[in-house]
Amino acid sequence: MTPMNRRTFLKGTVAGSVLAVAASAGLLAPTRVLAAAWPASAFEAKSIDDALKGLYGTTATAESKAITIKAPIQAENGAVVPITVSTTLANVEAIAIMVAGNANPLVANVALSGAEGYFSARMKMGKTSDVKVVVKSGGKLHTASQQIKVTVGGCGG
Amino acid sequence: MSLTKIKTRPKDGATEILVLVNHPMETGQRVDPKTKEKIPAHWVQKLSIELNGKTVADVDMGVAISKDPLLAIVVKSAKNGDKVKVSWSDNKGEKGGTDATIGAA
Repeated sequence: MTPMNRRTFLKGTVAGSVLAVAASAGLLAPTRVLAAAWPASAFEAKSIDDALKGLYGTTATAESKAITIKAPIQAENGAVVPITVSTTLANVEAIAIMVAGNANPLVANVALSGAEGYFSARMKMGKTSDVKVVVKSGGKLHTASQQIKVTVGGCGG
Repeated sequence: MSLTKIKTRPKDGATEILVLVNHPMETGQRVDPKTKEKIPAHWVQKLSIELNGKTVADVDMGVAISKDPLLAIVVKSAKNGDKVKVSWSDNKGEKGGTDATIGAA
């Protein structure tokens, strides 16, 4: 069989040139109002803790039952895994999605201002692993996690 | 050229704003089956959603967001006639965006 691209992506480490591109792109950050630079250190982090440090400067989190993760328990196609995060926590400032099994766990981080504690996206997953959601509310980090199983067969890149 | 679409719909007394960006979201890890060379990374890094000129969501994305990102947020204060504006930029400096009016077909 030929190498499976999706898995190649997730197993490999980010090439140095890619990091350089990411860094320079960070400097060319969008001119939109309030748009802070893309947090390269958080996205390049290899572990959830490092990603948290890159984003918020701390790894102190607390489990919260007020966060709901809506995602398939088993995803057939790891290239497109839908996930919806909603929370009843008040004053949600940010929601971050991390996949423990990915080479770079941080998938996305959304800063919310005036929007409800809700975020939905589709993400890539290399293998079965826990998905951790971090909600920043009232200056504190709340987390919830769920395991998503990824069917290996039929990936085909 | 990348295409950006906005869709809004009512959701539990609030408004859900869905954003779709046509973008390859290359991770930089995939190998071209013909040339055996790595396909350079190309992904959307920043995406912001504005409501009536005020930013309501500022999304930072990594390469692990799927191809053709589809994102959704919910805004309670939104009402028919409000203007939604989306703008994004990727790691190659390409930009895109569009706007829409809530309640318009």
